[in-house]
Amino acid sequence: MSERSSDKLVHMANQIGKFFASQGAETAPAAIAEHLRKFWDPRMRVGILAHLEAGGAGLDPLVRDAIEKLREMMAVR
Amino acid sequence: MSLIHEIDYGTPRSKAETMVTLTIDGETMTVPEGTSIMRAAKEMGTAIPKLCATDMVEAFGSCRLCLVEIEGRAGTPASCTTPVLPGMVVKTQTDRLKRLRKGVMELYISDHPLDCLTCAANGDCELQDMAGAVGLRDVRYGHEGHNHPNPGLDESNPYFTYDPSKCIVCSRCVRACEEVQGTFALTIAGRGFDSVVSPGMEESFLGSECVSCGACVQACPTATLTEKSVIEIGQPEHSVITTCAYCGVGCTFKAEMRGNEVVRMVPWKDGKANRGHSCVKGRFAWGYASHKERILNPMIRESITDPWREVSWEEAIAHTASEFKRIQAKYGRLSIGGITSSRCTNEETFLVQKLIRGGFGNNNVDTCARVCHSPTGYGLSQTYGTSAGTQDFDSVEQSDVILLIGANPTDAHPVFGSRMKKRLREGAKLIVLDPRRIDLVRMPHVEASHHLPLRPGTNVAVLTALAHVVVTEGLADEHFVRERCDWDEFQDWAAFVADPRHSPEAISELCGVPAEDIRAAARLYAGGENGAIYYGLGVTEHSQGSTTVMAIANLAMATGNIGRPGVGVNPLRGQNNVQGACDMGSFPHEFSGYRHVSGDETRQLFESLWGVPLDSEPGLRIPNMLDAAVDGVFKGLYVQGEDILQSDPDTRHVAAGLAAMECVVVQDLFLNETANYAHVFLPGSTFLEKDGTFTNAERRIQRVRKVMPSKSGKADWEITLDLAHAMGFDMNYAHPSEIMDEIARLTPSFAGVSYAKLEAEGSVQWPCNEKAPLGTPVMHIDGFVRGRGRFMVTEYVATDERTGPRFPLLLTTGRILSQYNVGAQTRRTENVVWHGEDRLEIHPHDAEQRGVHDGQWVKLASRSGETSLRALITERVAPGVVYTTFHHPGTQANVVTTDFSDWATNCPEYKVTAVQVMPSNGPTAWQEGYDEQSRNSRRIAPLVEAAE
Ligand code: SF4
Ligand code: SF4
Ligand code: SF4
Ligand code: FES
Repeated sequence: MSERSSDKLVHMANQIGKFFASQGAETAPAAIAEHLRKFWDPRMRVGILAHLEAGGAGLDPLVRDAIEKLREMMAVR
Repeated sequence: MSLIHEIDYGTPRSKAETMVTLTIDGETMTVPEGTSIMRAAKEMGTAIPKLCATDMVEAFGSCRLCLVEIEGRAGTPASCTTPVLPGMVVKTQTDRLKRLRKGVMELYISDHPLDCLTCAANGDCELQDMAGAVGLRDVRYGHEGHNHPNPGLDESNPYFTYDPSKCIVCSRCVRACEEVQGTFALTIAGRGFDSVVSPGMEESFLGSECVSCGACVQACPTATLTEKSVIEIGQPEHSVITTCAYCGVGCTFKAEMRGNEVVRMVPWKDGKANRGHSCVKGRFAWGYASHKERILNPMIRESITDPWREVSWEEAIAHTASEFKRIQAKYGRLSIGGITSSRCTNEETFLVQKLIRGGFGNNNVDTCARVCHSPTGYGLSQTYGTSAGTQDFDSVEQSDVILLIGANPTDAHPVFGSRMKKRLREGAKLIVLDPRRIDLVRMPHVEASHHLPLRPGTNVAVLTALAHVVVTEGLADEHFVRERCDWDEFQDWAAFVADPRHSPEAISELCGVPAEDIRAAARLYAGGENGAIYYGLGVTEHSQGSTTVMAIANLAMATGNIGRPGVGVNPLRGQNNVQGACDMGSFPHEFSGYRHVSGDETRQLFESLWGVPLDSEPGLRIPNMLDAAVDGVFKGLYVQGEDILQSDPDTRHVAAGLAAMECVVVQDLFLNETANYAHVFLPGSTFLEKDGTFTNAERRIQRVRKVMPSKSGKADWEITLDLAHAMGFDMNYAHPSEIMDEIARLTPSFAGVSYAKLEAEGSVQWPCNEKAPLGTPVMHIDGFVRGRGRFMVTEYVATDERTGPRFPLLLTTGRILSQYNVGAQTRRTENVVWHGEDRLEIHPHDAEQRGVHDGQWVKLASRSGETSLRALITERVAPGVVYTTFHHPGTQANVVTTDFSDWATNCPEYKVTAVQVMPSNGPTAWQEGYDEQSRNSRRIAPLVEAAE
């Protein structure tokens, strides 16, 4: 995945995070993860997971938590 | 097939519920109170002679031909202006009446030119008919009576002529323009015998306020106002009812034909979306169907720098299938995808997504709704549980307050705009939330109570402030909320909006709207009996588009404005079948009826009917496809009826994505901009050449009927079918009705839809199923589709697209009445007389600062790119904001728009781009280069060369 593409994913993930932030640190990560699972295609999800793996530069804290959750969700599947 | 003659009842239907019984010519008749005697007689089957009355407009009573006798009353009152009364006894035909009518007709005929045999209206002239009806045999005054003053033939309008010598001054045209269209372009100038119809003050039609809707032409009983196509071709001999293929209003038309040639399109009075009205596009701009640039043969080429080579259908289909198979073998199953069209029929759209899911084996399908109303789908399904507007168009007739947000219906949804204006003239109040001073803010006989010219990008802040006023001033409808919504969620939401940081005073500076205006608007909306919200792309095409839709949904719930006629949340859809394309499962994550692909039960339903395994993972959305293409993993694309290169944001990125693909297949009418990057071109058909259905913005499913054979030999659904077969995916249909049967089997909200039902009912609004066999005009009446209405907290997040020293202005984009979307159709009609190029609207203050003069070329630059176009200096835009349309490929407005998009759906942020404007000498190097590339790319090798 190109740099431009992963920058874009980070931007998009943070945008999603900002909407769900109002639900609080308790529930927001799960809601964000669920949104990513429902609307992002597998390649984008793999891309954002890889980005987190590589340090996750630029990701907001809630979104980092959400991507962790996403990893668990995908592992279960 | 024959010519459909619609009944003209003479005066409009009365909406009264009280009934009145009277006697007409000895027969008893019961009609609603307020009905005219003329209409009551016609409903009984008796046509009283008439000239100045027609049922599209209120009676005027000027011609005196419709006289009747009423027992116990002196004189002979006009039946068009006399309402029925209980017990009335009316005679429509007596010796006295016959004599009087003959006298009236004699006067009319004596000064009417008698060139009936060569007149364009011959066979369709009410004056002729009436002369026949009253038995006129002799004109005592001779035929030399001088004709009405004749200012000369006005042929300035490209579609109709005005010949004053034929005018009988019945004023039907004037009233149609006022009452039906609401433009007030016509007046009767002069007095008595010298009076004459006049557009404006001695202007021609083209130079006047006239918007060429055609209502006056339809109303005119003589040849005075006549379609040029009728003058040229002659009177039609049969007609077919069909649906306009332009905008989401979905007007019903009679295509009036002579053989396979369309003579004219006449709006149909029984059309439930348009009720007999039309706009310039549907009424007149259908000439593109036979434009010389239409491509009628399939074409292929190895590389996008080669000229096109015409091939047979068999070769084109086989080549496409083998390319797609080759790409999947090399790059994997997920390396190809497709885009369905909001311009094509439901059936065609359904087939394309079926081909992709079933034949390509992935969910890489998306639709252009991605770039317009995808946030509507997301926002409304989260809050109400369904991805569509809540009302029918008739509902507006019962609204008391209309809140219009980011929509410009008089330009983009003209027929609905006219219906809205009519309600406003009756006294409903209007609030406009829009950065631009759109026409509805102030126009003849319509004036908004409040215009909130907010800064682009601050919708959520303003809507939350409106909610703040509703909650803190006790204007919420607690009874409704307790009964219908989740009370805990409401309280969380109410606490959120009540926070002082959401008060109008707190956000006034941010949004640029005075706090007191926001307060007044909120009070007006919440305080009205029936408050209705209508919105457009000014809501959705933002990085917070989905949040804005939710904020709108919250506001309607909090004020109890949901679930009955006159209220609701109503997205005005752009293209004719946006609603349908979304319903049909065009999104990568859901099947038809908005069901997620990961749902096992739904997926199995489709798998068992289609006989193939289906992917449970969402596929790529259009912007993601382009990103993946640039990354080198997405290589093949099937695009039906879309022009993503022109319509999608950040043109250079779109071009880079397309250029990186190995097989781009474009199915369209013309070599559009996307086709510059295509390897296969499959010629599509116009709406005149195929059967199917469209679903308009009010969820109304309407028939599109074939009026002529396909010029390319195949309807679009047949092309998709052939492609599926060549890919080895079995699907078989003999007629689009069979596709609809499959849709109904697979989609609960369409379960009751069939062509037979559409034939019987004219149209139905989904959900149409066992619970609602005739469809659902108003949704959420007894409860929300999702159960309880859900309030969502809508925190305002500023877009990352910020103005700064380099790009200090905000660009917002839109469209105008005479052009449609990327203009591929309308640019190929006479509509170009109204809009030959895209212009940049700029406020005089900003223009002066930059030394920009009206009409001068300016460079428009953003961080994405730059383009040039000519400036239009106007106060319609606020200082700091500039505006343009994107109808012309030469302008390439989307070179400038960015890749920012809605957080939930990736709907591009077209409405906010930070830009700079400066004088320039003409087109930019990019535009010139692009122009050359387009010309090269459109070369078609002569057949001889191809044969060698
Ligand atoms: S075409 Fe429409 S706008 Fe123009 S004068 Fe006739 S009714 Fe009025
Ligand atoms: S132009 Fe036609 S509709 Fe208008 S006043 Fe003359 S005859 Fe009547
Ligand atoms: S309002 Fe829309 S649907 Fe109706 S005629 Fe105009 S373009 Fe067609
Ligand atoms: S039709 Fe009644 S007065 Fe003309």
